[in-house]
Amino acid sequence: MSSLQSAPFLPGGESAIDATIAQRLLAAALSSGGDYADLYFEYRVGADYVLEEEQVKSVGRGVTLGLGVRVTKGDATGYAYTEDLAWERMLHAAKIAGQIAAGGGSAQPQATHAVTTQSYYPVARPSLTVPPADKLALLRAADKAARAYDPRIVKVEASFTEAIKEILVVTSDGKMASDVQPMVRFGVRAVAEDGTKRQSGSSGGGGRMGLDYFTGSRDAEGHGKEAARIAIDMLDAIEAPAGDFPVVLAPGDSGILLHEAVGHGLEADFNRKETSNYTGQLGKQVASPLCTVIDDGTVSASRGSINVDDEGNVSSRNVLIENGILVGYMHDRLSARHFGVQPGGNGRRESFHSMPLPRMTNTALLAGTHSPEEIIKSVKRGVYAKRFSGGQVNISNGDFVFSLTESYLIEDGKLTAPLKGVNLVGNGPEVLRRVDMLGTDYELSDGMWTCGKDGQSVPVGVGTPSVRIAKITVGGTKA
Amino acid sequence: MSAASITHETVKELTDAAAHVVELCRAAGADASEVLVRDGNELTAKVRMGEAELVQEAGSRALGLRIFKDGRRAVTYTSDLRKASLVGFVQESVALAALVEPDELNRLPDQADLATSIPDLDLYDDTVADVDAAWALRQGIAGERAARAHDPRITNSEGATWSRSLGAVAFASSGGFVGGYRGSYASFYVEPICDEPDPENPKKRNGYWWTASRFRDQLEDAEKIGIEAARRTLATLGSKKIPTCELPIVFDPEAGRSLIGTLFSVANGSAFWRKSTYLLGREGTKVASDLVTIVDDPHLLRGPGSKPFDGDGLATRKNTLVRAGVLETVLCDVYSARKLGRASTGSAGRGIGGNPGPTTSNMIMERGTTPKADVVKHTARGLYVTSMMGFGFNPVTGDFSRGAQGFLIENGELTVPVSEVTISCNFDDLLQRIDLVGDDLDLRSSTACPTFRVSHMMLGGSSD
Repeated sequence: MSSLQSAPFLPGGESAIDATIAQRLLAAALSSGGDYADLYFEYRVGADYVLEEEQVKSVGRGVTLGLGVRVTKGDATGYAYTEDLAWERMLHAAKIAGQIAAGGGSAQPQATHAVTTQSYYPVARPSLTVPPADKLALLRAADKAARAYDPRIVKVEASFTEAIKEILVVTSDGKMASDVQPMVRFGVRAVAEDGTKRQSGSSGGGGRMGLDYFTGSRDAEGHGKEAARIAIDMLDAIEAPAGDFPVVLAPGDSGILLHEAVGHGLEADFNRKETSNYTGQLGKQVASPLCTVIDDGTVSASRGSINVDDEGNVSSRNVLIENGILVGYMHDRLSARHFGVQPGGNGRRESFHSMPLPRMTNTALLAGTHSPEEIIKSVKRGVYAKRFSGGQVNISNGDFVFSLTESYLIEDGKLTAPLKGVNLVGNGPEVLRRVDMLGTDYELSDGMWTCGKDGQSVPVGVGTPSVRIAKITVGGTKA
Repeated sequence: MSAASITHETVKELTDAAAHVVELCRAAGADASEVLVRDGNELTAKVRMGEAELVQEAGSRALGLRIFKDGRRAVTYTSDLRKASLVGFVQESVALAALVEPDELNRLPDQADLATSIPDLDLYDDTVADVDAAWALRQGIAGERAARAHDPRITNSEGATWSRSLGAVAFASSGGFVGGYRGSYASFYVEPICDEPDPENPKKRNGYWWTASRFRDQLEDAEKIGIEAARRTLATLGSKKIPTCELPIVFDPEAGRSLIGTLFSVANGSAFWRKSTYLLGREGTKVASDLVTIVDDPHLLRGPGSKPFDGDGLATRKNTLVRAGVLETVLCDVYSARKLGRASTGSAGRGIGGNPGPTTSNMIMERGTTPKADVVKHTARGLYVTSMMGFGFNPVTGDFSRGAQGFLIENGELTVPVSEVTISCNFDDLLQRIDLVGDDLDLRSSTACPTFRVSHMMLGGSSD
């Protein structure tokens, strides 16, 4: 469609922003005495397609365009935005944001230089430019595969969403960076019915790519079949036990546990404010020596990857925990300044409506030395956690909850009955100390996770090998 | 009147704009169309450790469109409202509808069902617009200071946040509906932190308290909120896991109201036609104990969830979902009602970029007869739940399991603070096992309930 790939603020656009215009806006933003300012231009085009009842029921499309202006004075932030890129509207937003600084000398913006970025997600053909019929065919294929899996599948929903986000960041300390961020996400949900028993299963994935996502082992039929398999398997699910048990996490998606249990606590804003349970723990043993945890924004085509963050800093691979020792936090500009370190490319925001915060990109627990089989075999009675619907953590003390949608009882070293939906509850640092076996089978989750913080959602990746945790509380219904 | 004020003229302007775009759609070849326009502004002022941390102030406007053509529909939105852009946007939207397969239920609501008048529900207070960043920051400073001064054990703070939003919404459809209204909302939060004194087990404890209203003079005093936030935070010091067992659970309204939201997720037309609910086929039967009556009331004056018309342009009305334990009806928008062969309950919600779907307005579990204090007093041993975490609910089976925090009840009194446990049982059982309902009800939020007790649930905790 005509509106694609034409961010009006990029060179040649209707409201093209060059260094001169940006500098004038930054100067206005700093005119009340702020010590730093940045501009974040965003143009996003997205579309979604939904199939239900064997029909493409709905298509949607949306366009967002806007500018966010941030001014800081010490640790205080002023923020304003506008959806109208007319000069006087942008100038007004710059002045409103600047009001946070009441008085003081006004800094001048530095001359800008273009930030050089790597390309971690080159896309030859963005999916938005592919005829919609191709995407509708994917939905139909998934629907068909799910229905064909078992006659007890009574309902299938399949969806495809795609977006391209173009950003331009200009900072008063001279950075000018732009990026084009593609995203696709495919998901299937199936409901199985057998007599009075009903269950559902979901499968999905995606990343910063085009329709080339559907190559090799990843195809629409596969997701359809997998959603159906889970729904059917769960028909036989039994009530989960309640109490403390050893838990084995399956590779890939289980990284959500890591994301919640330790990731958030290592975002440096909480540590700058001393409100995280990891405050003051740098250099200390915070996890079992088996654990090395990284956050890596440079993973090829992953959902959580970024070439440059939303403050104009290039992304990187940051080691957070090395052999159990806490070695670093994830920073945005404010926290990097506070801790006197270089920003590592973790300053992210949902859109021009919000200020950046330290956020995760792709967070991973690195592989260990045990085969996945021997890990399961080592457990006499416990829970094997395979798929999660989500999790939540209390940053201040690390207490967390995860909801399992596919899990199995382990009895005498073997996976036996599937378990009904159940929660794992515990404390992040405690659980990481109890990690006593790590598999060789590291996997990055197929791109489907979105992380929420302060009301802002950003796409993230997670990854783990098989992990054995000696003891964790399982919230079942059976004593 | 401040620059942030939303005037009757703003509402009129939006309504005219929506009607104009309906005309553009007609010109572009749509059989029918619906246009939603929102305009609003926000102010957020956050204070932390006595200093301003954030002032965010901005206005925004966006337009959402639903196009019908040959029984097909497309849903689009844009924040690019330049006249020239809009024409192209409308044309693209009409073209998009051709991709969809026809669905005979995909059509406008019947004209006779559309709202014919727009009641004034007293949803807008212009004094909210008078607040400026400096005043909001002073509220934050006062509230946070009160929390920190309350007890030396309050060692840190997530801050105090005063925020407001003001806005207008207008809706027009080619079926003949045109209407709009405005609303205001303000809230204030204080979030103190304290440290566990035990050096062997260093842990931080956080808590919060809040006030919110559409009307500025109904907000509670900032210092009072700060002190209550401090009290609640301190009460969690020494929280511990307790052994796995089955026991009565008393839900504080702050935790309980999320269960009202859980009930809605399975008691709506969309979940019904999709068969994504354990309540399928249960209308007219007992789904909760006799003590439970749950209504959805969009007409509460000044109510946080009140609205004069719904996302389909239908008049809103009070619906009783559960009366004395019997499921009477589920909330429907026009589409889900058609799928189920019944009439809409006037419960359509609609975001800028989405199709209408069933939603709640003010969904309330009605108060009972047991004095609030007696709910705990009559419980020999149990868990008083103040907050829950996680999302462990399967709508299809009703399996329910969430992390919980609160206090042990011993001999009718709150004793030890408890955390890191889960509470589980099937949601159907949970509602049927409600055996005490308090006489308290606080309508600060759009889902609300009194204090209530569930006779027994499984608590997952330590293994000894």
